[in-house]
Amino acid sequence: MEFKDYYKIMGVSRDASQEDIRRAYRKLARKYHPDVSKERNAEERFKELGEAYEVLKDPEKRAAYDRIATGRQHGERFTPPPDWAFDFGFGGGGFTGGDATGFSDFFDSLFGRATRGGRRETRGGWSGPAPGQDQHANIYISLEEAFAGGAQTVALAIPEIDAQGRIVNKTRTLNVKIPRGIKEGQRIRLSGQGGRGWMGGAAGDLYLEIRFKPHRYFHAEGADISLELPVTPWEAALGQTVTVPTLGGKVELKLPPNSQNGQKLRLKGRGLPGNPPGDQIVTLRIVTPEAATAEAKALYKKMSEIMPMNPRAHMGV
Amino acid sequence: MTNKTAVAWTGVVLDETVRFSLVDICEACRIDAESIFEMVNEGIVDPEGSEPMNWRFNTAALRRLQTALHLQRDLGVNLAGAALALDLLEELDALRRRLA
Repeated sequence: MEFKDYYKIMGVSRDASQEDIRRAYRKLARKYHPDVSKERNAEERFKELGEAYEVLKDPEKRAAYDRIATGRQHGERFTPPPDWAFDFGFGGGGFTGGDATGFSDFFDSLFGRATRGGRRETRGGWSGPAPGQDQHANIYISLEEAFAGGAQTVALAIPEIDAQGRIVNKTRTLNVKIPRGIKEGQRIRLSGQGGRGWMGGAAGDLYLEIRFKPHRYFHAEGADISLELPVTPWEAALGQTVTVPTLGGKVELKLPPNSQNGQKLRLKGRGLPGNPPGDQIVTLRIVTPEAATAEAKALYKKMSEIMPMNPRAHMGV
Repeated sequence: MTNKTAVAWTGVVLDETVRFSLVDICEACRIDAESIFEMVNEGIVDPEGSEPMNWRFNTAALRRLQTALHLQRDLGVNLAGAALALDLLEELDALRRRLA
């Protein structure tokens, strides 16, 4: 396993005061809180931060950590020294809050066993069964998968308690059914699929939030799908019929004559399925053909003679 | 160590049709009714229905309650602070969507 430099994670020096550490934690916790932050790795950073603070805020754990941290670099290979024995005792120190689930193997190897007893203490003594934690995760699916529905494999790190009473992360692969027409930001709740309970307590729930992978040309807004459709000037002017891709396959769309660039057309019911289904909103983008040959240039010239036009007239120029 | 499961799990999609009673929402948030009352009084959520026994919470309310609880637990904010943060976060989300 890798050595973790908790001071580096918290951005404080090794001689930082307890007050400095608390302040750094508060500041970074606000920055990386998964409910607040839009940073992609917020969840991971927040967990790492919680772990670092769990150790550094407690003078006893910090002192024990400092003894092994001297001369070690963040990320280097690490095995706990054979004489390592961090004994909590039940009097002082101990685990003083937070959520120890999901801490690293590095943390577990140093403080894992003690955490369990401590954790229970904070909830007002050994009071028997306790429910498991809810788990939240994002799943990334394509728009095609949202349209068609299907099963999606999700790999989750689930904290479990091993035979020695330590909290360890296990990878759990779940095959989750994605219903047709699910929308971005919607959550799927799987009751009892979250963290395990203690002493026979009920398991927590698992919440999976749907995120759409970026698509080459479609973009979803709720159940509506938007698409920018390139068209030629003659298709737009003459109101020709063009082929448009939709999530459900190709459809024919008759453009209104004299369509303009940026004009929006609605293909009713061609968005994500549902009750009612979404629409597909097509925004026209008129592409100017290149005047690549003498003949093409002559044609453009002829157009300017037959259809003189000043598109800047409204600007008074 | 990998623990593989081949079964396809079907969850409940929390869409706009889903409603939670007071009992359901307490169970989902793992808090007691008293805490829900406090959060309703703080204006964090506004359930449909007049009497607590008829209250119905939508999925947006569930998310707001859960986020408020996370903010309290992780950042030490009080209820009023959580309510303010939630409103600002929603405004920020709406602005981000307009920019996208």
